Amino acid sequence: MGMPAFPEAARTALADGQLRANLRTATGTIRAKRAAVVAERADWEQLREAGRAIKDQALHDLDTHLLRLEEQVTAAGGVVHWARDAAEANRIVVGLVRAAAADEVVKVKSMATQEIELNEALAAAGITAHETDLAELIVQLGHDRPSHILVPAIHRNRSQIRDLFQREMPDAPPGLTDDPVALAGAAREHLRRKFLAARVAISGANFAVAETGSLVVVESEGNGRMCLTLPEVLISVVGIEKVIPTWQDLEVMLQLLPRSATGERMNPYTTIWRGTTPGDGPREFHLVLLDNGRTAALADEIGRDALRCIRCSACLNVCPVYERTGGHAYGSVYPGPIGAILTPQLRGVDADPVAKSLPYASTLCGACYEVCPVMIDIPKALVHLRAKVVDANRANPSPERTAMKVAAWIFARTRRLELLQRLTARVASLLFRKPTITRLPPPLSRWTETRDAPTPPPEPFRDWWSRTREEP
Amino acid sequence: MRIGLFVTCFNDTLFPASARAVVRVLERLGHEVVFPRSQTCCGQLHFNTGYQRECVPLVAKFAADFADLDHVVSPSASCVAMVREHHPRVAEVARDPGLARAVAETAPRVREFTEFLVDVLGVTDVGATFAHRVTYHPTCHGLRVLGLADRPTALLRAVRGLRLLDLPEATQCCGFGGTFALKNADTSVAMGADKARHVVDTGAEVLAAVDNSCLMHVGGLLSRNRSAVRVMHVAEILANGADA
Repeated sequence: MGMPAFPEAARTALADGQLRANLRTATGTIRAKRAAVVAERADWEQLREAGRAIKDQALHDLDTHLLRLEEQVTAAGGVVHWARDAAEANRIVVGLVRAAAADEVVKVKSMATQEIELNEALAAAGITAHETDLAELIVQLGHDRPSHILVPAIHRNRSQIRDLFQREMPDAPPGLTDDPVALAGAAREHLRRKFLAARVAISGANFAVAETGSLVVVESEGNGRMCLTLPEVLISVVGIEKVIPTWQDLEVMLQLLPRSATGERMNPYTTIWRGTTPGDGPREFHLVLLDNGRTAALADEIGRDALRCIRCSACLNVCPVYERTGGHAYGSVYPGPIGAILTPQLRGVDADPVAKSLPYASTLCGACYEVCPVMIDIPKALVHLRAKVVDANRANPSPERTAMKVAAWIFARTRRLELLQRLTARVASLLFRKPTITRLPPPLSRWTETRDAPTPPPEPFRDWWSRTREEP
Repeated sequence: MRIGLFVTCFNDTLFPASARAVVRVLERLGHEVVFPRSQTCCGQLHFNTGYQRECVPLVAKFAADFADLDHVVSPSASCVAMVREHHPRVAEVARDPGLARAVAETAPRVREFTEFLVDVLGVTDVGATFAHRVTYHPTCHGLRVLGLADRPTALLRAVRGLRLLDLPEATQCCGFGGTFALKNADTSVAMGADKARHVVDTGAEVLAAVDNSCLMHVGGLLSRNRSAVRVMHVAEILANGADA
C-alpha cells in the first residue's frame, strides 16, 4: 500500500545501473544452470504434466485434503490453527510466542510470513524476529525488502553485502573481505548464537502432505534445519494451497522444485516432520493454515491456476521485464510474472494502484509459461486479469477507454477503417516529409520520446490491391 | 486452392510493402491469392489490453470475413496467434455457441506466412536473392505460441547471397508488447535497447522478423540511434529478386 504503480516504480529501478548489472548477472547465471539440469531429463515435460495434475487435484478437493491434513497433524501431536487473513494469522502467532514466554524467535525463510508481514506484527508486540536464511538476513540487516522469491537479496552484490555486514552486524569480524566464503562464515558465526539461544522458531513450508500430516521444507543452507530441530516450540505458517494429497506426490514435486529453483538436481537440505516426537526436536508444533485471499482466487476459473505455484522463481529468472526492473517494482513480496498474477488476486484486482497495474507489467512474451514446472499459463491469466481491471473500471471514463471504444467502432465497419486509413495517409503526407517521424503528440509522445516512428505510406495495402487487381 | 490474405489492420495501414511481398511470393509460386476486402482487425489490441467485450464483434466479423477459404495467410505471427489461440477463448467468454462454431471453422485455417510456405506448400527455397548480412529475431508469439521454430530461418538460408548471422539472446523479447510499449514505455525501451545492441553486435545490415510491430519498436530505436541497420519483414526478403 502507498507504493507507486508498476510503471513509476520500474522507472526508478531502471535508472539504477548497479541494480541492472547485478540482476543481469544473477538471472543470467541461474537461467543457464536451470536450462542445463532440465535438459538432462528426457521426461521433463511429463514431470511438468504430473506436477500440474497433482496441484490441480489438490486444489479441486482442497477442503477434503485440508481436513485430512488437520486430522493427521493433530494425531501426530501438533495443533492446527485456521487463519482467515493476515491479521488473524499474526494474532495467532503472537499469542503462541507470548504463551511460550519468548521475546525473540528465529525464522526459516518463508514467503507466507513475508506476505502477512509477521515480523512487523511481532515487533509491534515487542518480539524480535531473527531471519536466518542468509539472503533474508542481508535484507533484514539492510532494512530492505526482498526482491526475489528465492534469492531475496539478488539486487545486492557481494561488496554491497560486505559493507552492510560491517555496518549492521555487531559481531562481524574485523577486516571482512567480499569473498563469498568469508561472508558466509561471518553470517554463520552470527547466526549460530541465535540458533542456540532461541526457544521458538517460525517457518513456512513448501509442501504439506494431507495423507501423512507431514510438513516439508526445502532449502540450501541448513539454517532451516537448525530452526526446525533446535527450538522447543515450532510454529509453521502455511498457505492452504501448499497441501498435496499423498506422500507419493512428493516424488514429482521434489524433482521439479530444485531444478526449477536453484538449477540443482537435488537441494542440499530437505526437512520433513510430523507433529512432535518425544525427546527429538520441538516439544510443541503449531500449524497455522492461511487463507488470506486464496479461496477468492480459487473461485476464479482462470486465476486459480496461480495457486499451483510452488515458489520456484523460474518465471522471475527468465522474465525480460523482471531482469530490467528487479523485484521491488512489483510492490509485493511476490514479484515477477507469478507476482503479477498472484498479488492482484490476493489483494483484489482493483484494490490499489499497484494491484491494478501489475497485470499490465508484461509483454505477454510467454517465457514464464515455458519454464513453469506446474504449467501455469501466466500470459493467459494476465490477459484475464486485465479484463477484470477494465471491467471493474467501466464506470470511470479514461482516455484509454475512449480510444478503445472508438477503435472498436471503426473496426466494426470496413468503410470506417478505409476512411481512417485514407485520412491518416493524407495527413501524414502533409505533415511528414521524411520516412521516419521523430515527434508525435501525447499519448504517442511516449513512443517518440525514445523511438522513431514510421511515416504512414501514401497508399494502404487495400488501395494498392484495388488499383492493381480489380477492374474499375 | 483458394488462399485468402489476412493483411492485418496494422500492416495494411503502416507496412503495406510486407503484404504486397506476400502476394508477390505466392503468385510467383503459382498460386492465386484473394483479398477479402471486408476484413478489418482481429481484435488483438482489445483482447490483450483487457477489452474482451469490445473484442467479441471483431472476432465474429473475422470469422464471417474469412469463411469459405481453403487457407488464410498473414504476414503477422502475433495476429495469427490471436486468431488461432484466442478467438476460441473470446467465443467461450461470450457464451455464444454459434460464434464458437464459426471460429472453430475459420481459425485453424489461418497461418503465418512462413508457416504456410513450409507446412502447406512444402517450400523452403522461394527463388529469392538478397546479397546482404541478415540477422533474425524470433518474435515471441511466433516462437512460443505458434511454434514456428526454424521455419523462417530455413527460408532465409535458402535465399541466394544472404548471409544469416546468429543473434545473441535471440529468444528474449524485444519489449514491444502492444500497449506495453506505451503503458510501460521505460521498461519497453530498456528491453528494446538491449535487443538493438545485440543486433548491432552481429554486424548485420538487416534485422529480419515475421512481425512488423516488433520491428517497428527495435527499428525505431536503431534509427533514433543513427544505426545503419535496417529492419525488414521476412516476406520482403523472400520477395526480393522474385520478379526478375
